[in-house]
Amino acid sequence: MSDKAQNPVLQTSHLGIDFGGLTAVDEFNISIAPTEIKGLIGPNGAGKTTIFNLLTKVYQPSRGTITLDGKDTRNMSPVQVNHAGIARTFQNIRLFDQLTVEENVKIGLHDHVKYGMFSGIFRLPSFWKEEKRAHERALELLDIFGMADEADVRADSLPYGAQRRLEIVRALATEPKLLLLDEPAAGMNPSETEELMNNIKKIRDEFNIAVMLIEHDMNLVMGICENIVVVNFGKIIAEGTPTQIQNDPQVIEAYLGGRKEED
Amino acid sequence: MLANLINGISLGSVYAIIALGYTMVYGIAKMLNFAHGDVIMVGGYVAFCSISYLGWPPALAVLASVFVCTILGIVIEGLAYKPLRNATSLAVLITAIGVSYFLQNAALLIWTSNTKVFPNVFANLPAIQLGGTQIAPVTIITVLANIIIMVALTLFTSKTKMGKAMRAVSEDKGAATLMGINVNRTISMTFAIGSGLAAIAGVLLCSAYPTLMPTTGAMPGIKAFTAAVFGGIGSIPGAMLGGVLLGVIEIFGKAYVSTQLSDAIVFAVLIIVLLVKPTGLLGRKIREKV
Amino acid sequence: MNFLKKIKKHTKVSFLNYGIVIAFYFIIQAVAVSGHLTNSLKGQLIPIVSYVIMALALNLVVGISGELSLGHAGFMSVGAFSGVVVSMSLAGSIPSTGLRLLCAIVVGALLAGIAGVIIGIPVLRLNGDYLAIVTLAFGEIIKNVLNCLYVGVDGAGLHMSFKDTASLNLAADGKILINGPMGATGVTKLSTFMAGTILLIVVLVIIQNLVNSRTGLAIMAIRDNRIAAEASGVPVTKHKLIAFVTSAAIAGAAGALYALNYSTIAPKKFDFNTSILVLVFVVLGGIGNMTGSIIAAALLTILPELLRKFADYRMLIYAIVLIVVMIATNNEKVRRFIADLKKKKKQEDAKNE
Repeated sequence: MSDKAQNPVLQTSHLGIDFGGLTAVDEFNISIAPTEIKGLIGPNGAGKTTIFNLLTKVYQPSRGTITLDGKDTRNMSPVQVNHAGIARTFQNIRLFDQLTVEENVKIGLHDHVKYGMFSGIFRLPSFWKEEKRAHERALELLDIFGMADEADVRADSLPYGAQRRLEIVRALATEPKLLLLDEPAAGMNPSETEELMNNIKKIRDEFNIAVMLIEHDMNLVMGICENIVVVNFGKIIAEGTPTQIQNDPQVIEAYLGGRKEED
Repeated sequence: MLANLINGISLGSVYAIIALGYTMVYGIAKMLNFAHGDVIMVGGYVAFCSISYLGWPPALAVLASVFVCTILGIVIEGLAYKPLRNATSLAVLITAIGVSYFLQNAALLIWTSNTKVFPNVFANLPAIQLGGTQIAPVTIITVLANIIIMVALTLFTSKTKMGKAMRAVSEDKGAATLMGINVNRTISMTFAIGSGLAAIAGVLLCSAYPTLMPTTGAMPGIKAFTAAVFGGIGSIPGAMLGGVLLGVIEIFGKAYVSTQLSDAIVFAVLIIVLLVKPTGLLGRKIREKV
Repeated sequence: MNFLKKIKKHTKVSFLNYGIVIAFYFIIQAVAVSGHLTNSLKGQLIPIVSYVIMALALNLVVGISGELSLGHAGFMSVGAFSGVVVSMSLAGSIPSTGLRLLCAIVVGALLAGIAGVIIGIPVLRLNGDYLAIVTLAFGEIIKNVLNCLYVGVDGAGLHMSFKDTASLNLAADGKILINGPMGATGVTKLSTFMAGTILLIVVLVIIQNLVNSRTGLAIMAIRDNRIAAEASGVPVTKHKLIAFVTSAAIAGAAGALYALNYSTIAPKKFDFNTSILVLVFVVLGGIGNMTGSIIAAALLTILPELLRKFADYRMLIYAIVLIVVMIATNNEKVRRFIADLKKKKKQEDAKNE
């Protein structure tokens, strides 16, 4: 799958950020192929989520460039980055709690539902047409995870695992080229994790998109990632296939030397 | 010109002391304590009653005022704000407005809407001549008080255990708890200090502008918040700088533009600051955790 | 649930609200015809409608957008005084009072909306607490400016001054429309209960359809989680601004309606207390609940008339209401307690079945 002939969907070069005097991420160079599943792993506090925040422009990089589908994202806001093709989920789930499951997905569809504020207020034909389309599309997407039945449930009353799945559906609704998943299996039991793995593969195959995921569950990472990037102290210490990573002395050192793997 | 400047610095010093209360509470509890201005008013009334009705000496009246306001601050925090520690900022803000409104209307019932004339506390102190301009004793005391309070607070937050705890809580509540800091007690303490300062500000304000009404604290309170934002919310020197600058702007606005529009000028400053530099003169950017 | 059924669920609530308003109108008409309408209640009708509209407008900001505005009385006053100027200066050219009222309301809403844009753009990018304080400041600025605003009209058109009436240089046939702190005097009353009811229905249609559309959903998503909304491609400032400006414009319309119910109206009528009063309506009716806003605003506008004895304690009670309602609806322990009660009741219901 890591077809180097294809143009990468995302490429970073010399990416870095400092907080105060502290360098959180430095010299971060990666390239993601259009339908690649890439793992981003590393000990706690290694800067993994910070990298996601840089890629989605929640944080402004201190140095380096991010090229998304050939475009430099230097002057883009988080909203524009999403429109340009990156969608993400969050480590600490961020759903729209007071909205229903379907409405959460509809927010993901926001940019793809075409009617204006006035059509909405005066209920013009475009409102009815587009709302119907959005409704059907939302149910279709929810069905990937078998959640269509829960469409009218309030998001905050969903069980934990379902909330994580809903975040993925919402991200997919924005029609991304690259999907960033921040610990998608956190808090899931082994059978849920197994199902999630299959679904991530299914999403990649059906939507033809690239996926990058942060995960502590090594079975999941080794099971579905074609390539893995290992970071420690904000820098890449290893990169390669699951087999290469498992036998890399530096990776073993980072995980076993001095720091706990998980807390 | 000089007289206006001195007046401005004096008024600004009062704003600065009030702004310190706002800035500390905002920095530590991450909330806009809307009722802070009304604590000033309570402080003014307590001092007024102690002097005019009980015949206490001014120094004792100030102590009584500080004592009552400190207790009031702790009580307000415990009853109204503590139950909302994890609520949305909207809920906390509406509650704070409720408290502010409660204090004003309770004062209205207790002391009526009739204006009380605040006694001249510093009557027997001499005035100072400076280049042909007379500086009233209250002005000197206000500016001195401002400087002393700022230095004391800076020392307190950097040297004492409680002060360090406050800084820790303002950085990261969760981490502070893990370090064994009692977050609730720290926040309560912050309210106590802020309210005690408000009492001093109340006495100084009423000495300079000797009319006392239930709404006396509202406007200076809002302006002091403006000063805190101007200087950079969460910053102690920022509160002082913002307060003094705002006082000078207000007095000059009154003198050279229009008396009626001076408040409008002050608030226009707030809007411009937020537009140009939302973090204020000395404030730093707060990064939201994602 | 299919698509049409789902739309119906929202529309049911909307139509309940239209129903309440129309029913209120006809009940009042019936009482009036039977001759039982007291003069004091009759005088309260337009203020009631105005405050209901104000409460709906503020609820759009507080409940739907999750921001706090403390200057809605300021927008109301922009609408009120621009409405008065429009209605008075058009007195010669438009004889129909209904049309003149319409012009006044439209201009009032427009100018208040523009004021909303001016305030909203710098502030809505920031933390919500700033909006509260800046809107409060705006309310004070408006009051200050109106306190020294003098407007007159004569054959040559409108005259304006910030000094006094003499500097208006009005011709002999001129008329002073706004007289500084005295406000507008000699206003021709144009507002009618029917016009107010129609305005209220229009406002309800706008707010409810806005909320139940793609735009409203985006506004609520930003309220629930700004960062997730941005990551989902929803522009934040634009949507906050839509809610805020729509609300300001509606407050302006309410102001015009309110002002044209009196022959004189002073700027101090629209002070901070008025903003708080409207906030009390919204909080008591339930934040985000439009039906609640309608009922709370109407009841709390009528009640003080009936409970004159407690007038001194009214504001104190409002303050306590704000605090108690906020703690009761937001404290984790209280919420859990209520949730448990509900669960128990459900279980018992299930048992009984």
